[in-house]
Amino acid sequence: MASDALSLEGIDAYYGDSHVLQGVSFRLGEGHLLGLLGRNGAGKTTSMSVIVGLLPPRRGRVSVFGKPLQGLPPEMIAATGIALVPQGRRVFRNLTVRENLIVAARPAPKGAPTSWSVEAVFQAFPRLGERHKQSAGVLSGGEQQMLAIGRALMSNPKVLLMDEPSEGLAPQIVAEVMRTIRRLKEQGLSIVLVEQNANLVVDLADDVVILNSGRVAVDKTAAALKSEGIDLHQHLGVF
Amino acid sequence: MNLWVILAINSVALGGLLFLLSAGFSLIFGLMRIPNLAHGSFFMLGAYLGVTFLRIGTNFWLAAILSGLGIALLGGIIERLFLRRLQGQELAQVLVTLGLSFMFADISLMIWGGDPIPLSAPSALQGAMQVGSIVFPSYRLAIVLVAAVIAAVLWIMIDRTRLGAMIRAGVDDAQMARVVGIRVSRLSSLIFCLGAGLAGFGGVMGGPIFSAYPGLDGDMLPLALIVVILGGTGSLVGTLVGSFVVAFLYNYGQALFPELAYVILFLPMLVVLLIRPQGLFGRLPT
Repeated sequence: MASDALSLEGIDAYYGDSHVLQGVSFRLGEGHLLGLLGRNGAGKTTSMSVIVGLLPPRRGRVSVFGKPLQGLPPEMIAATGIALVPQGRRVFRNLTVRENLIVAARPAPKGAPTSWSVEAVFQAFPRLGERHKQSAGVLSGGEQQMLAIGRALMSNPKVLLMDEPSEGLAPQIVAEVMRTIRRLKEQGLSIVLVEQNANLVVDLADDVVILNSGRVAVDKTAAALKSEGIDLHQHLGVF
Repeated sequence: MNLWVILAINSVALGGLLFLLSAGFSLIFGLMRIPNLAHGSFFMLGAYLGVTFLRIGTNFWLAAILSGLGIALLGGIIERLFLRRLQGQELAQVLVTLGLSFMFADISLMIWGGDPIPLSAPSALQGAMQVGSIVFPSYRLAIVLVAAVIAAVLWIMIDRTRLGAMIRAGVDDAQMARVVGIRVSRLSSLIFCLGAGLAGFGGVMGGPIFSAYPGLDGDMLPLALIVVILGGTGSLVGTLVGSFVVAFLYNYGQALFPELAYVILFLPMLVVLLIRPQGLFGRLPT
């Protein structure tokens, strides 16, 4: 059986008393792109926090290529090959662009198809190369997003989690980010793409999971979703 | 005229010592948010350890380095045993470090007794150097050089290496730093050891000037606090400038207005706290 790149099984997670994830399960196939959709507060970002170890789940398990991550702290989970492009980008503002990249560097595993380095990131995002000596805090939103993606790639991850990379960006920058994601998928990276904007995801994704109030409401292939013409607004509309 | 020059030379030497004392305090507070009130104790214990090493015939510089290492080890134990468990609870950390400082004072009194013990400077540096008409005591000059070298090394380490960038990343956003794989807690221990060790080393360096005596801890801690508040926490440049400002205020204040020495020392601190609470060179947390 082909092992999944990432799987969540029956995750229950709480913020204090509020039960934010209720039995969430989904899997990401190797080399696939999973679109994770849902309204504000549906549990998308919380799912990311659980996967990277910032919020230990009360029940359930997270596995990467069949290996359980139970009880590992975030820095150890990073070493298993998971990288996060977090919501709000969260670049290290007082570090230079180059420093943001080198602090996350990790050698590529043997036999990896691609190997990321500072130079490779600068090649992929020339604007970062031009500004490598500047503080990340003075970059534009789009540049910070590139930097957050570059920083995640520096660890040569096997699974890339991207939490709303289009948030707050101008349309042409969003298009650039989406092109980057498509390219990374073509290179064989397994990706979870969290979005509020379903239209951005459906064309790119192999599978789509929709969360609603902390539960999985829909878990289908993108093809099935398109052919069935499911009413996304039912799950994603604000009202 | 001569008095002014002597005061200036003494102030520069005291500034160097204050930098050794305060750099660690500033790193620990700026990077880890731990208000370490045992920092004066680290300085005093360093001086006493130096006394013991010198008594068994150790060379002065080796004694300073060994004492620094010893205090670094002590700092590491304190960080792991107590402060690690009180992360983010600044009041608890204040109380624990204050309590520890009282305990260290008692223990030192028991081991080294109540009389001041002078440490003698290395014999090669006991004389004076004459430049033009000005006479520098060699040892005080050496203190300034050592402080300058340590300032440069710290600056390179924090500002120019990958390790330093990782430390700063942890300060910027500790959660995110962990997510990208940085072992923030290990770096915190390293910083605490380094800060404690610098204070211990400084205690030996200051020994030939201050001696080792009960109460040295309490004399040094307020100076470190003023330096760091003036200069701004977590800023090496701020600590360097703050050290010399405080040293000059201290020496000139005591010579010119002895009855107001503490007013002259603490007044600038109050003013800075009121109009620029992050310190002259500090950054506001983002």
